[in-house]
Amino acid sequence: MGTSYTPPAANWYREPVERTEIWWIVLAFSWCLFMFAWMVGWHFVGPQNMNNEAYKTTPEAFSKKVADMQAKYTVRKDTATGEDVVAPPPGSDVYLAAMQWQYRPILELQKGQKYRLHMSSLDVGHGFSLQPENINFQVYPGYEMVISITPNKSGTFALACGEYCGGVDAMGHHTMLGRIYVKE
Amino acid sequence: MATTTAADFRLDPVSGFKIHKTANTLVKWNAFAAVVFLLVGGLFGLLVALTRMPSVQLLNPELFYMALTAHGLVALIVWVVFFEMAVLYFLGAHVLNNRLATPGWAWTQFWLMLIGTVLIAYCVVIKGNSSVMMTSYPPLQADPLFYLGIILFAVGALIGCFVFLGTLVVAKREKTYQGSLPLVVFGGVTATVIAVFTLVSGAMVMIPTFLWSIGLISHIDPMMYRVVWWALGHSSQQINVVTHISIWYFIASLVFGAKPMSEKVSRLAFLLYILFLQLGSVHHLLSDPGLTSAWKIFNTSYMLYLAVLASMIHGLTVPGAIEVAQRRKGLDTGLFTWLRKAPWGNPVFSGMFLSLLGFGFIGGVTGVVMSVEQVNMIIHNTAYLPGHFHGTVVAGTTMAFMAVTYWLIPVVFQRKIALAGVAKLQPYVFSLGVWVFSIALMGAGTLGVQRRHADITFAGQPLAYEYPEIAKGLMDLGEIFAVVMSIGAVMFIAVVLASIFAGEKIPEGSAPWPKVEDADVVAERTGKHHVGAWGMEAPGTFVLAMILFVTIVLYYFINFKYLSTVWGLS
Repeated sequence: MGTSYTPPAANWYREPVERTEIWWIVLAFSWCLFMFAWMVGWHFVGPQNMNNEAYKTTPEAFSKKVADMQAKYTVRKDTATGEDVVAPPPGSDVYLAAMQWQYRPILELQKGQKYRLHMSSLDVGHGFSLQPENINFQVYPGYEMVISITPNKSGTFALACGEYCGGVDAMGHHTMLGRIYVKE
Repeated sequence: MATTTAADFRLDPVSGFKIHKTANTLVKWNAFAAVVFLLVGGLFGLLVALTRMPSVQLLNPELFYMALTAHGLVALIVWVVFFEMAVLYFLGAHVLNNRLATPGWAWTQFWLMLIGTVLIAYCVVIKGNSSVMMTSYPPLQADPLFYLGIILFAVGALIGCFVFLGTLVVAKREKTYQGSLPLVVFGGVTATVIAVFTLVSGAMVMIPTFLWSIGLISHIDPMMYRVVWWALGHSSQQINVVTHISIWYFIASLVFGAKPMSEKVSRLAFLLYILFLQLGSVHHLLSDPGLTSAWKIFNTSYMLYLAVLASMIHGLTVPGAIEVAQRRKGLDTGLFTWLRKAPWGNPVFSGMFLSLLGFGFIGGVTGVVMSVEQVNMIIHNTAYLPGHFHGTVVAGTTMAFMAVTYWLIPVVFQRKIALAGVAKLQPYVFSLGVWVFSIALMGAGTLGVQRRHADITFAGQPLAYEYPEIAKGLMDLGEIFAVVMSIGAVMFIAVVLASIFAGEKIPEGSAPWPKVEDADVVAERTGKHHVGAWGMEAPGTFVLAMILFVTIVLYYFINFKYLSTVWGLS
């Protein structure tokens, strides 16, 4: 007489809806509206949001910005790699380049200070992943994303890559790293 | 116009379906191809699992990236889409007592998809120059034949969609059914509308990418690629969702004689999918540059979460229909007698119900939470992702497809299920594997483990970072259960192959399954019209739904709590 694989009764659209379903729909839809409002509301009251500021760029232009910053604010050599550690002043623009297979330069920031972090890729797509905070963004070649970051903890933070970016056995997506030091 | 004679059909004595033999052959070939590719995709999955287990690390990175690319494409795309073609032909022809329109085009669908798959497999596995992952984001470049394979596969699937739509036209014109389409076929139409959108998006992104790979186009914008690609990548998963929900309704009727609680509500829920489900493609773009938050929020919420509402509705109405049917048949006591006395030893039912639970509690709850724009920042591209989507595509879709296959083999292949003892256990083994795998990987992802890493130890790197021990433990645990999942998949494939090649033949005219009486016919006879408690026909289901509700709410706020402790981002 009635199943899901036989045509319904001719007046199916007039049949009343039973109470189990009505209650559930009311409850579920209220939750849907709440979730929507909360996601919008977090933009106004929450301290973690994307501002979606982004610019078109090129690998050459972005490399130059990185090099300029590095020339200006290098403070020491890193003990692990011997590379420059760059410590831009609080509030300034900080440039971080993703490339096969590393993030450079190594940065040093101060806890509780705000920085405008610019990110772009010099080759293929990469994924910014700050560990152990576990903050993740997509990084493209040709696009420069800006996000204001305020470290609220001090210590040594790693950057891993969240987007598959090719590679061979010795070097590749799984060896791509960078580092951010945060001072008290 | 093609004409058919009585000899082109046979009657299924239990379901009453008038089965068109040509349609049946196409259902068989598509389903068989699907199962073969499940085996292939599953084997690559096993290799991936044994490599991502930090204490085993079976493959070297190059082989791992190859195996992961092959696993993603074969298991996520090839297996499910071949099976969906079988389901569409079954819905359009068998369920409507109808002939299949344009069998020649249906064969074109089959061969194009097969040739496409072979091209993809040739590039990835044999040539070895296309380890670009399923997502193949430019500027990473694969072999031109790789993109061509995807295009051929998609064109084949698109042809299959139109064969299904044509078959519906034939049914309407030749009056093989009266009134409105049955609910499951309406679900098939929903899936097809979404599939056409999906496959056209796929063509829009893959054809330029193919031209780029042979040098005719100089540049593919990597962001635009992702925006359009996910209209293919995410939407194809929405086809799966709609198809497996239709299968839930179908199995509820087959096993219990259940009818939908309300045709109106269930159809409205499918309509919400057509209108809003596609917006979910943006879930993959939430932490991308260059897209505004207003755009992200509108889309990621499927406009006020209306597609989530649709899923929550189906999640209630499917078990609700089962509960009402069971109560009408006399199990009208207590809250859960109907569920306790369900046929848990029948893999058609147990597989379907495990699919419902797995999809709702694992895939669904986590999907809603991770697609919040802000929460996504602490989840995006971690191992949480594979954890989540194995909860939807494997615990949900694949489990449902397996369950309905157990019912289809006697009906379509006219063979009894062989290795019945294995079949009885299979849904439990497979679900246990995928549930623990999903949860463990989501745990590891929450602790920062990134996806698609051949080695999570960063061995030999001067700037190495060490994940917490518990994260590595969770990866080991999850991947051990991935092996359990593989065993479950092998059990399924063994049952299918043993049944269709060596199962006892069911002569034409004999019953493939025992007859199940419609619940409302039973109610008519016994006079049991009012069932349930608390003024509800399905109070037990309402309690189950409330457990799901509380789980979502708690999990939602736990994630916001965690988000609120990380670095300030603005």
